[in-house]
Amino acid sequence: MNPFSSGTRLRDMIRSIRACKTAAEERAVVRKECASIRAAVSDNDNDYRHRNMAKLMFIHMLGYPTHFGQMECLKLIAAPGFPEKRIGYLGLMLLLDERQEVLMLVTNSLKQDLNHTNQYIVGLALCALGNISSAEMSRDLAPEVERLLQFRDPNIRKKAALCSIRIIKKVPDLAENFVNPATSLLKEKHHGVLLTGIQLCTDLCKVSTEALEYLRKKCTEGLVKVLKDAVNSPYAPEFDISGIADPFLHIRLLRLLRVLGHGDTDASDCMNDILAQVATKTESNKNAGNAILYECVETIMSIEDSSGLRVLAINILGRFLSNRDNNIRYVALNMLMRAITVDSQAVQRHRVTILECVKDSDASIRKKSLELVCLLVNENNVMSLSKELIDYLEVSDQEFKGDLTEKICSIVEKFSPEKIWYIDQMLKVLSVAGNYVNDEVWHALIVVISNASNLHGYTVRLLYRAVQLSGEQEILVRVAVWCIGEYGEMLVNSMGMLEKEEPITVTECDAIDVIESAYKQYTTDLTTRAMCLVALLKLSCRFPSSSQRIQDIIAQNKGSLLLELQQRSIEFDSILQKHQNIRSALCERMPVLDESAYSGRRAGSLQAAVSTSQGAVLNLSNGVGKPSAAPLVDLLDLSSDETPVPNSSGNDFLHDLLGVDLSIGSTQTGTNQAQKSGADVLMDLLSIGTLPSQSSLSSLDGLSSSKDNSASIDVLEDLSSHTTLPVQASTASGGFPMMDLLDALPPSEKKREDSGPTYPSVVAYESSSLRITFNFSKQPGNVQTTLVEANFVNKSSNAYADFIFQAAVPKFLQLHLDPASSNVLPASGNGSIIQKLRVVNSQHGKKSLVMRIRIAYKLNDKDVKEEGQISNFPPGL
Amino acid sequence: MIHFVLLISRQGKVRLTKWYSPYSQKERSKVIRELSSLILTRAPKLCNFVEWRGFKVVYKRYASLYFCMCINQDDNELEVLEIIHHYVEILDRYFGSVCELDLIFNFHKAFFILDEILIAGELQESSKKTVARLVAAQDSLVEAAKEQANSMSYIISQATK
Repeated sequence: MNPFSSGTRLRDMIRSIRACKTAAEERAVVRKECASIRAAVSDNDNDYRHRNMAKLMFIHMLGYPTHFGQMECLKLIAAPGFPEKRIGYLGLMLLLDERQEVLMLVTNSLKQDLNHTNQYIVGLALCALGNISSAEMSRDLAPEVERLLQFRDPNIRKKAALCSIRIIKKVPDLAENFVNPATSLLKEKHHGVLLTGIQLCTDLCKVSTEALEYLRKKCTEGLVKVLKDAVNSPYAPEFDISGIADPFLHIRLLRLLRVLGHGDTDASDCMNDILAQVATKTESNKNAGNAILYECVETIMSIEDSSGLRVLAINILGRFLSNRDNNIRYVALNMLMRAITVDSQAVQRHRVTILECVKDSDASIRKKSLELVCLLVNENNVMSLSKELIDYLEVSDQEFKGDLTEKICSIVEKFSPEKIWYIDQMLKVLSVAGNYVNDEVWHALIVVISNASNLHGYTVRLLYRAVQLSGEQEILVRVAVWCIGEYGEMLVNSMGMLEKEEPITVTECDAIDVIESAYKQYTTDLTTRAMCLVALLKLSCRFPSSSQRIQDIIAQNKGSLLLELQQRSIEFDSILQKHQNIRSALCERMPVLDESAYSGRRAGSLQAAVSTSQGAVLNLSNGVGKPSAAPLVDLLDLSSDETPVPNSSGNDFLHDLLGVDLSIGSTQTGTNQAQKSGADVLMDLLSIGTLPSQSSLSSLDGLSSSKDNSASIDVLEDLSSHTTLPVQASTASGGFPMMDLLDALPPSEKKREDSGPTYPSVVAYESSSLRITFNFSKQPGNVQTTLVEANFVNKSSNAYADFIFQAAVPKFLQLHLDPASSNVLPASGNGSIIQKLRVVNSQHGKKSLVMRIRIAYKLNDKDVKEEGQISNFPPGL
Repeated sequence: MIHFVLLISRQGKVRLTKWYSPYSQKERSKVIRELSSLILTRAPKLCNFVEWRGFKVVYKRYASLYFCMCINQDDNELEVLEIIHHYVEILDRYFGSVCELDLIFNFHKAFFILDEILIAGELQESSKKTVARLVAAQDSLVEAAKEQANSMSYIISQATK
C-alpha cells in the first residue's frame, strides 16, 4: 500500500475497535476515525473514498452517526469504475433511507447505470432502486425497469422483476404498465426469473383488480401446469432442499394460485387436482416440505368451495398440531385460527390438543393457542374450557397470568349460563390472580352480584372463605369488603343458604376482623381503604352491638394525612355519634344496579371518556336510567368531589356507586364548585360540610334533625329526583334544593334570600313569539363568575322543535353554555326550557356584561331564526 | 415481504442490518434493542417465531449468531426459515465454513451476497450455485480493476499526465 496514505486500513480499524475494552475507548477510536474521514471528505480525496466508505458503514453498524458520508456515496456512485459503484450503492442502501432528500440527487446516476453496458452495474442499480426507491424515483425510473424486464440476461430480468414490485407498491397507478411483461415472465424456465415473475404477478393482483382479472383469465391454467411440472420434477441438485426441488418456487406458485382462486369458482376448480396432489404427496418430515404443506393448506382454505380438499387440509393441520416440533405446532395454531371462519366444527375437534398448547412452555405458542381457545368457546363448552383455564391459571408463569386472566374473564362473562356459575368462576379467578384483574371486570362482577338477590348470602359467605385463604389478592379483598359491607348480616345469620353450601359460623366480630385486617394490610391503597371505611359504616348499622368497635376503628383515621380518608372518617364518625336517627337510612343496602345500563355504559365508555372533562355538566341533562336510585346512592357515598349524577362513562358510574371516586375535586375549577354543593346537600344538612356559606345552615340542621326517619327518607327521595334537574348545578350553596323541598319557594326568590348580593331578573329578549328571562346568581368568593339561568317561554300557539340557543360575548368575557333542559318548547307558555350559562367577566367592576344571542328553532317544520343583543344586564355583574 | 434482516451476536452486538421498509435511524436502533432483548433471552427448543408489533420475527441461531427476519402476519414463517438457511449455506460456501469473524471483517461481502438473494424484501434466487457465480464474477471485476490500478503502466500513465 502507499506508505503516504492517510489513515488505517479497514481491517486495522475493525481490529482496533474490537480491541477496545470499554465503551469509552471504543468511542475514542471511532471519533478519531470519523475525524480523519471527515478530513478526507473535505479534501475531496479520491484515492481512499472507497475505503472510507467501507469504514463508515462499519461505524454506522455500531450505531454512530454517519450522515456526513451521505454525499460520499453519491460521488462513488457517479465514479466510472465498478468497485467504486459497488461500494457506493452499498453505502447508499445502508446509510440512507427513502425519506432523505439527498436520495433525489441519485436519480440521474441511477438512470445512467440502468442503461450501462456492463450488466453487473445495471444489476447494482436495480438492486439499490429495489431496496430504497421512493415514490418519486419509482415514477421517474419505471420505464427503464420495464424495459429491463426483457433484458437478455436472466439475472437482470429477475432483479428488474423485484424492482417492479417496489415500484408498483409505491405507485399503484403504474401497475397496468407491468401486467404484460410480468405475464411473459411466467413462461420462463430460469428459476430465478420464474420465482420473481410469480411474485410480481402476486403483488400486481394485490394492487390492481384489472390485473387480477387478466391474470386469472390468461394464466391460471399455465400456472397449474408449472406447479405440476415442479411437483413432478426429477431430482435437481442445484435446487434441492431436503428432497424437494425448489420449495421456494412451490410456495410462490401456491400463493399466486390462492390469489387467483379466491372468489372465483372456475379458477378454483382448475387447481383442485394439483392442490390435492401437493397435499397428499409432499413429504412432511422436513421443514421445507412442511412449509409447502402449510402454504397449500392456506390456499385450500382460501379458494372456493371444495369440501373434500378442506377435510384434507384440516387433517394436515391436525397432524401438525401433534407434531413435536414447536415451529410446526405454532403454524398449525396460526392456520386453525384462520380456518375457524371456514369450518369451526372441524377446528372444534382439535380442542383438547389446542388446550394443551395453552400450557406449553413456549410463550409464542401459549399466546397463539390462548387466542384460538377464545375463538372456540361457545355456550356448550364454556364450562369445561374455563375450568381447564382456571386450573392452569394457578400454575402458569407470572408474565402470562395477565393475558390469561383477561381472556378467562371475557369468556366467563360472555358465555356464562347462569349467575351462580359466573360468580363462582370469577371468585376463583380473583382468588388465584386477583391482582391481574382490571377494574372494569370487578365492577361488572359487583353489578352482577347486586342483581342476584337470591345469591347475596351465598356470595358473601364464599367471599369470606376466599379472603381467609387468599387475602393477598387485593381485588378479591375489595369485592369481599364491598359485599360484607352490603350483606354483612347474611354472613352472620347464614341467611339464604343454598343446598350445596357447607354451613359456616361467622360472628359479627369475624366479619369486622376481615375488614379491619384488609384496612391494615393495604396501607398504601386509597381505594381499598376508602371502601373499608364505607363498609364499616354500613356494618355499624347491621351489627348494632359492635357499633362501638367500628366507631373506634373509624376514629383512628381522623388524623390521616390523606384528605379523602380523613374526611370520610370525620364524616362517618359524626354520623355515628350525632345522627343515630338517620343512620339506618343512610346505611341501607345499595339499590340494585342496572345491569343493562352498566354494560351499555361500558360499551360506550370509550367515546364518553373523551368528553368526561365536560361530562360532569352535560350529564345532568342527559338523563339517567333510574334517577331515583342513583342519586340516592350518591348521597350515601358522601363523596364530596364529583358530580352526583352517574357519568356516562362506565367507570365513573360505578366509582360513584361504590363511593370510591377519588379524583381530586379541588384541582378542578368553578364548574365543579357548583355541583359540589349539590353532592354536599346531605353533608350540609348534617352540618359537617366544608362550604364557606355554612353559617346560614344551622337552622336547616335543626329542621332535619327534628324530622323523624321516614320523613328524612322522603326528603332524600325527593331530593334525589331533584338532583337530576339542572337547577341543582347552579345553586350557589348547598342548602337550596333542600329549602326548595321544604317550603317550595320559587328558585329565584330563595336565591335572594341568602346568597349575599342579589340581582334582579331581567327580560333579556322579547319578541312576538318568544320571551327570554335571565336569572342571576353569584358564586360565593368568586366575583367574576356569574351564573345565568336562561328561561325560554314560547308565546305563540305552536310548539317549537329543535330549539337552539346560541350566544356570543366580547373578548373580556368567557362564556360557557350548559345543555338546555330540552329542545322542544311547548306552545303558549305551557312550559319552558331552562338553560344555564356561566359567564366569567375578566374586567369585573370596569365593564358590564353584554351578549349577542341567536335563537333557532323549527316552527311547523320551517326553520326560524331570531337574533338580538342583550345589554340590560344588572350592574355589578 | 421481509421488512428487515438482522444479524445479532449472542452478546447482543449487531453484525449486519438490512432494511427493506423505511425506518429512521432512531427507530432502527430501537428495533434492534427491542428485538435483541426479546430473542436472545428465549430458551433453545422454543419455536423460532416471535410476535412483535403486529409483525412476526423469524429467527434462527447458527453458532453464536442469530439471523432474524421480520415478516408480515400472513407470510409463511416456515419458508422464511428456509430463506435464512439458504443465506447461511451460501455464506458458508463463499467463506468456506463461515464463522462470526468472517462476517465482522468482511461485512461488505455478507451484504453483497445478501443483495444477490433478496431485493425489495423478496427472494431473488433459489439456486445457491447461481448466487455464488454472480458474486464471484463481481469480485473478479473488482480484482481486475485493482490490478489495473496497481500495474506499472497505469502508474506511469498517471504520473505523466
